[in-house]
Amino acid sequence: MSTEFETVVGLEVHVELKTDTKIFCSCKTAFGAEPNSQVCPICSGFPGMLPVLNKKVVEYAIKSGLAINAEIAPYCKFDRKNYFYPDLPNAYQISQFYLPICTDGYLDINVEGTKKRIRITRAHMEEDAGKLVHEGTIMTTSYSLVDLNRTGVPLLEIVSEPDLRSSQEARAYLEKLRSMLLFAQVSDAKMEEGSIRCDANVSVRPLGDKNLGVRVEIKNLNSFKALEKAIEYEAKRQMEAIEDGEPLIQETRTWDEEKSITRSMRTKEEAHDYRYYPDPDLPPIKIDQEWIDSIRQTMPEMPDKAQERLMGKYGLPEYDAALITVSPYNLKFFDQCVALYPDAKTVSNWMMGELSRLLNQNSQEIEQCHIKPEMLADMLKLINDGTISGKMAKSVFEEMFKTGKSAGHIVKEQGMIQISDEDTLRKIIQEIVEQNPGVVEDYKNGKEKAKGFFVGQVMKATKGQANPGAVNKVLSDFLSKE
Amino acid sequence: MELHELTLHQLKKDLTAKKISSQEIMNAILKQIKAVDERINAFITLNKETSSLRAREFDQTPWKGQMAGLPFALKDNICTKGVRTTCASKMLENFVPAYDAAVVKKLYSEGGILVGKLNMDEFAMGSSTESSAFFPTHNPWDLERVSGGSSGGSAAAVAADEIPFALGSDTGGSIRQPAAYCGVVGLKPTYGRVPRWGVVAYASSLDQVGVISKDVYDAALVMNMIAGYDPMESTSVNTTVPDYTTALNGSIKGLKIAYPKEYFQQGVDSKIIELLKKALLKYEELGAHIEEVSLPHSEYALPAYYIIGPAEASSNMSKFDGIRYGLRDLTADNVTDLYSNSRQQGFGPEVKRRIMLGTYALSSGSYDAYYLKALKVRRLISDDFNKVFNGFDVIIAPTTPTTAFKIGANTEDILTGYMNDILTVPINMAGLPGMSIPCGFADGLPVGMQIIAKPFDETTLLKAAYAFEQATDYHQLKPALGVK
Repeated sequence: MSTEFETVVGLEVHVELKTDTKIFCSCKTAFGAEPNSQVCPICSGFPGMLPVLNKKVVEYAIKSGLAINAEIAPYCKFDRKNYFYPDLPNAYQISQFYLPICTDGYLDINVEGTKKRIRITRAHMEEDAGKLVHEGTIMTTSYSLVDLNRTGVPLLEIVSEPDLRSSQEARAYLEKLRSMLLFAQVSDAKMEEGSIRCDANVSVRPLGDKNLGVRVEIKNLNSFKALEKAIEYEAKRQMEAIEDGEPLIQETRTWDEEKSITRSMRTKEEAHDYRYYPDPDLPPIKIDQEWIDSIRQTMPEMPDKAQERLMGKYGLPEYDAALITVSPYNLKFFDQCVALYPDAKTVSNWMMGELSRLLNQNSQEIEQCHIKPEMLADMLKLINDGTISGKMAKSVFEEMFKTGKSAGHIVKEQGMIQISDEDTLRKIIQEIVEQNPGVVEDYKNGKEKAKGFFVGQVMKATKGQANPGAVNKVLSDFLSKE
Repeated sequence: MELHELTLHQLKKDLTAKKISSQEIMNAILKQIKAVDERINAFITLNKETSSLRAREFDQTPWKGQMAGLPFALKDNICTKGVRTTCASKMLENFVPAYDAAVVKKLYSEGGILVGKLNMDEFAMGSSTESSAFFPTHNPWDLERVSGGSSGGSAAAVAADEIPFALGSDTGGSIRQPAAYCGVVGLKPTYGRVPRWGVVAYASSLDQVGVISKDVYDAALVMNMIAGYDPMESTSVNTTVPDYTTALNGSIKGLKIAYPKEYFQQGVDSKIIELLKKALLKYEELGAHIEEVSLPHSEYALPAYYIIGPAEASSNMSKFDGIRYGLRDLTADNVTDLYSNSRQQGFGPEVKRRIMLGTYALSSGSYDAYYLKALKVRRLISDDFNKVFNGFDVIIAPTTPTTAFKIGANTEDILTGYMNDILTVPINMAGLPGMSIPCGFADGLPVGMQIIAKPFDETTLLKAAYAFEQATDYHQLKPALGVK
């Protein structure tokens, strides 16, 4: 009989803090700038240059720490992590090894209705490295170019405990972390731009075993999907190795997106000795409680609080409230829309239904799409006052999404006014009834669904513009008279 | 006296009074350099044309500043925009910085004219300038002997009247030791007092820029120009800078002087001890109170220094990888070879030795036993000084255990070479201000007296030095270079 295994995952997440300038010099941090246009002698490691810490980075790190329920250290230090690579101009990265700024945090996740607390070991500030640009791949290129724009961009590395037990939990944790960072307004947290990067430590062990198995670190996880797939692949690989009696080694592997496999990069024996030691150019940082408190006061509403508010003030179900508070952009959209159209549940339904469907279909984010909160509110008003039916609204909404035109404009342009006038409807019904005497007979003999047939025919005749309520009313009157 | 023999304050006085012109000064300086530097080898780069031009411009349209129209020179690890800065290394032989070090900006803004860049031990690692990739600098008092180091070019140039003063840097004695060997004044300020932005780092927690001059008054004058807070440096300290010249009044009545017994022990040349004892008596004569004290952890300072210094150096030297500037091996066909070939060719043996020492000290497995232990020792050394300074104003000791040694004498015996720093290193470890001033001659070679003060109390340091200088005439003696 084969053993039942448990997957154990811990995540190391690098988050780019969105300060205007770099961590140790005053160069800009804008994404996508001309290569080497945001560099100076300091961040390109020229002789005699010295780092000066950007206070904003510490502030953002404290904010992040509060967002992940961590302890903020009253005293922390920077250390040098020594290794050679052409994208690292000083040949050491300034990081925090011995005394990080944040320790002992946690995030609560929810996977298919099961809530779980994931502990966070630490979070520390560090500088990003630059970027190498090759023609083709690093193995075949005849030379590499170095772009140092990213060198010195501030990062926060957030390390979780090995508390995650599946790829789904890992994803949920990363999503939650991303959401917290977005709410705290410390990072753009865009995986596709690399402003949030993730390494996964994966091991497996027989279910019930207390000891951790041999750990493998997986790098190059550039999307949520990659994270999930890599964990699943790696866990399976390890389980099979154990079952086949093959030894596992502690190593670093890379995720090969194309082949959907992990490949070995280096083993523990080949690992660097980074020779961490306190950076003598940077004195220790003292953070007093007053500073932490003043930052705490400027913290925006975080998702858990917002969720409570949506459930309490608007009576939204927990499910709706949780989805709307996934990102601050969703929440902002909701809040702005409800301010203009107070039926919260309807707003929520449209956001979770049509809007979410269209965003997914077009791979767009709510903050970048054509639909603005006031546009949805205006459309809902048109439904409410009977100008358009809910069914018509769906096509109007799609047009709004595509073109950015207002609902009113689209309705007018396409002549999509709902027919609510009873006389007009009566005439149409009259014709249909006359053409279908048999069905009237059926209705009279108690076949309720015959009525549905008439509603359908009216809608067909009016190209969907008949007001369903009015149709029902007129039809009932009509049939009872017949 | 000839113009090139004058001090900065003497030149300043005569220039302000229009008794002499900037061009006359510059001509005298350049003439002296031409006459003696073939034998001294103090300069790596001479700014002959530019400095003459600047002097002419000054005479035509004078500008203002504390050293307007007056010459200075720099140790070659202090970056100068447009003027190559080699650190006496093949690695940076053709490196021309795009920026001026903070101290250079200060001297420029005071109107000074840069004459040239001075020899040193490669990347400031050494005590004799013999580790310079280009040539050793010879001692003006005996051309067969070393000038000391690492700021040997600075000390020799000042001693040979090639420049009124020069800036140097001091990590373990690199200003005070060559000043002692060459019979001039060397001041290493408190760590954090003078900006080190733009000075190529050797050991960042110990490096400090300072001055080598012909007399104490000039040291005070230059300190007035270079000291101060620099927001570009995190280890710079924001305290007010006094006018260091005001305390130079010669009166030291009641000054409490301690002399640590550990600095007057075996290993220190008896002639040097004799001269120091004489100097202490002179101080007593001048009204100071002198007393023997103990700095019990002194013997551990040197080994701890040779852990901390190389540890920091090993990572500071890593940026010289041949990628962005400096020597690059063009034959390498992969990045690993590019690194190792460039560094193999660019660094000399002493730099490599310290990189290896430091890399070992920081490697996992030896970090706790070496680096962390050395940091603890450093704290104990600091505490020793603090205790003494509770009851005393300054500490006086020899600067070096011997006088200048022969060129080549220690090249085989590395450890003896390292012993040269034994009396100066503790001061860097504690971050204190220290100074070396001439206090006599042993067998015709200059001997330096080291004065140490409390952190940021350069005023008392200079006051004590000035009083002794005014009561003696050692600073007025000149080496016989056979040119007049």
